[in-house]
Amino acid sequence: MTHLNLAPETDTRQLPGDIAVWIFIFAELAVFGIMFIGFAVARSLDPATFHAGREALHPIIGLINTAALITASYFVATAVHQLRQKLPGVQWRLWLAIAVSCIYTVGKMYEYVNLYSQGYNLGTDTFFMFYFFLTFFHFMHVILGQVILVVLAVKVGNGDYDGSDMNGMESGACYWHMVDLVWLVLFPMIYVLA
Amino acid sequence: MKYESQRVAMPYFIFALVLFAGQIVFGLVLGMQYVVGDFLFPEIPFNVARMVHTNLLIVWLLFGFMGATYYLVPEEAQTELYSPLLAWILFWVFAVAGTLTILGYLFVDYATLADITMNKLLPTMGREFLEQPTVTKIGIALVVVGFLFNIMMTALKGRKTVVNIVLITGLIGLAVLWLFSFYNPSNLTTDKYFWWFVVHLWVEGVWELIMAAILAYVLIKLTGVDREVIEKWLYVIIAMALITGIIGTGHHFFWIGPPEYWLWLGSVFSALEPLPFFMMVLFAFTMINRRKRNHPNKAAILWAMGTAVMAFLGAGVWGFLHTLAPINYYTHGTQLTAAHGHMAFYGAYVMIVLTIISYAVPIMRGRPYGNSNTAQVVEMWGFWLMTISMVFITLFLTGAGILQIWLQRIPDSGEALSFMATQDNIALFYWARMIAGCFFMAGLVVYFGSFFIKGQASFDEEVRGATIQDA
Repeated sequence: MTHLNLAPETDTRQLPGDIAVWIFIFAELAVFGIMFIGFAVARSLDPATFHAGREALHPIIGLINTAALITASYFVATAVHQLRQKLPGVQWRLWLAIAVSCIYTVGKMYEYVNLYSQGYNLGTDTFFMFYFFLTFFHFMHVILGQVILVVLAVKVGNGDYDGSDMNGMESGACYWHMVDLVWLVLFPMIYVLA
Repeated sequence: MKYESQRVAMPYFIFALVLFAGQIVFGLVLGMQYVVGDFLFPEIPFNVARMVHTNLLIVWLLFGFMGATYYLVPEEAQTELYSPLLAWILFWVFAVAGTLTILGYLFVDYATLADITMNKLLPTMGREFLEQPTVTKIGIALVVVGFLFNIMMTALKGRKTVVNIVLITGLIGLAVLWLFSFYNPSNLTTDKYFWWFVVHLWVEGVWELIMAAILAYVLIKLTGVDREVIEKWLYVIIAMALITGIIGTGHHFFWIGPPEYWLWLGSVFSALEPLPFFMMVLFAFTMINRRKRNHPNKAAILWAMGTAVMAFLGAGVWGFLHTLAPINYYTHGTQLTAAHGHMAFYGAYVMIVLTIISYAVPIMRGRPYGNSNTAQVVEMWGFWLMTISMVFITLFLTGAGILQIWLQRIPDSGEALSFMATQDNIALFYWARMIAGCFFMAGLVVYFGSFFIKGQASFDEEVRGATIQDA
């Protein structure tokens, strides 16, 4: 007979990263969340403007950017895994994540230049107010995330992280995944959903 | 007190409290003028009393922040102040210039004051809260630069702590943003932009950094909780304050002529401005619950908890009440704004200065564990009288504001009451506010009285863990 152990497991699982980073992440998500609700309400009030605005966007670049961020997140996640297991290859994964995420930053800047040269800006209409503000606010978060990844990569290179204390690495990775998560809502909301 | 030079904070605190008393006197004059229009007219017209009331507030809070900084930066940096002499010189320069400016408001009409002070050379006068003559503005800038030099030299030669870094960042922000007060464009919309860059980014930006740093310092001292824990909270609070507060400036841009997108940005970001204040409440109460010692200075602990709660209510909740654009369309510039302004300034900035005074002044007077029990009880009476009075002032002004909106703003243009007719209808609330204001004054007198009670708290068996003087 299989022995069924009903005794409570000794739960040693802990929140990855620092609690302060999680509070920060929730606050950031609250800001984006309210903006998303605002977007939905504004779109329901004026679907024609939002439809016309979406038509002016470049969904292929949006898709490439999405793929770039997801791929970067993959490398960040595997870097955390390698470090936790005390395996080599942490640093190059982080640098690769940064390099791949740069596809996003370049793509986004190309989109801004393109739209701006066509005469679109923050004040064009409600759709473009949301488009420029939300994506630029997110863009700034990506830049900050890249800076954090650079710091992590340098620290790994200096031998500051040996896998015994995961707090710094996990905190940075959590922040990066938050940035990624926000984009995964932003992309379909702005570029795709009719 | 670990370093002798910390004592230079004392004159700053004393002068701050004197100006505080002046501010409350003029508050009472104003409260009376709301209901008896020609009270003290023509000696002190309403516009002059209002200018004195608000300017005294700003100047005394600056004195309070400077005193707090001179007290805590050397102790955090674990070194003597770079130049106590400079701190004394700047004190007298600021005190004399501030007093002369207030006397100028009271005894010379504003246009003449502008002429005497050669406002024409660089016109900066005439904007609400920034009414100071240009020469006074230059004086404030110079005093702040000298003060920052002194503080930064002190911080640089000693231990670098997060509290010092956050405090000094806030103070540098205060100085830099002040420079916008010298730019006075003729276009009214641009003028308002730059005006808010001083007013909003002070009180809903860099001042929050100063407040959080002072609160963190006092909590380290009073609770004995590990510095690392307190610093982590401090980082999160200031990050939230800046994320929400900077773009939150947009809630002032709704109706001044800039593009429509500010309706969205201002609404969304300022709706989140209560967050850092809410976190300060959690911060203060969590640290006090996790305290490693029972500090005998109970009054200072009360002020620390009080400032967190009242700042959240006044700045956070009462700010949120009218910050969304569709609501602000009706409430803009009504008594609801006055209600918010009173409780926010009292809760966030008056109380944080009184918190550090409650902690530091007894130490500077040779009472390392706080004032005697009797003095603390009297001080706490002052706390409750002033705080409850301020709650009532806020509630009465909120009532006045709601009625004002109902009579003057919501009806269609043909049916709405005029401004003055509305004022007659809400006079009852103004009388009630006046009574609450008198109680506030009584609380202030009781509070001042606590300073004259002799004796000190003792280091008794209640005190657990490490000694009071560490951390």
